[in-house]
Amino acid sequence: METAFTPWQSLAGGALIGLAAVLLMVVVGRILGATGILAGFLKPADRTDFWWRAAFIAGAACAPPAYLAADGQMPNLQIPVGMPLLLIGGFLVGVGVTVGSGCTSGHGVCGIARLSPRSIAATLTFMASAALTVFVLRHLTGS
Amino acid sequence: MTLAALFLIGLVFGAGISISGMINPAKVINFFDVAGSWDPSLAFVMGGALAVTFIGYRIVLKRRRPLLADAFQIPGRKIIDRRLIGGSALFGVGWGIAGFCPGAALPALGTGQMQVVVFVLALAAGILTAKTFQDRVGRAAQQTDKGVSP
Repeated sequence: METAFTPWQSLAGGALIGLAAVLLMVVVGRILGATGILAGFLKPADRTDFWWRAAFIAGAACAPPAYLAADGQMPNLQIPVGMPLLLIGGFLVGVGVTVGSGCTSGHGVCGIARLSPRSIAATLTFMASAALTVFVLRHLTGS
Repeated sequence: MTLAALFLIGLVFGAGISISGMINPAKVINFFDVAGSWDPSLAFVMGGALAVTFIGYRIVLKRRRPLLADAFQIPGRKIIDRRLIGGSALFGVGWGIAGFCPGAALPALGTGQMQVVVFVLALAAGILTAKTFQDRVGRAAQQTDKGVSP
């Protein structure tokens, strides 16, 4: 499934992701990690803990409808795998980010911006293993 | 007040994920498919996000405290251990299979597509399974410590 190369849109969207990370730090003093936010929402330590994460997730989920209102269409989502692989992939991501203490936002953006050696190591690892997985699935097994 | 601010920050984050194309699993998988239909867009997403965060953090962290909390909570661990690397490697496998990472899947829920809901439920199950297991191992380790120490 081909996708168009969108350097400017991607750069602008990336800058907004960075802006959100900086805003979260200046407002509540937290790292913007989707893993931590979702984990704390699912298993909250206390009520405040739960509600700020719920508000963040609600805001994030309102972005595609806002995009629809502004642009006249939903953001383009092409899902090239079926339900079984979505289930397996989702479960592996969930276990992996919990054991590895973070994902693309927490390690890849916030952690690298802090020059954290742990986050740099984690990001190199998940990028390499994702590339290897895609290579095996697309070019060796041919799915 | 805090909740409204957090809702807006979530909205900015989700807008970034939507506009950048990170929300689209086909685009993510193509980023990793260097040997096939390679789409380098996600390097630009990371570049844009890192540039803003790198500079923004340096300005914000000069403050004594955040606007609406008592202190900054920055992870302090330094050790690169097997859990960090093993967990991250496993995450990469799942990411390569499905094309969604947690930060892209949360805003994607707003498109109302059934596949996203399925992915997020599996993601939540993975997080809760790993957390429950970790808590058990943690308690067992504490008990062992108590038993061994004089």
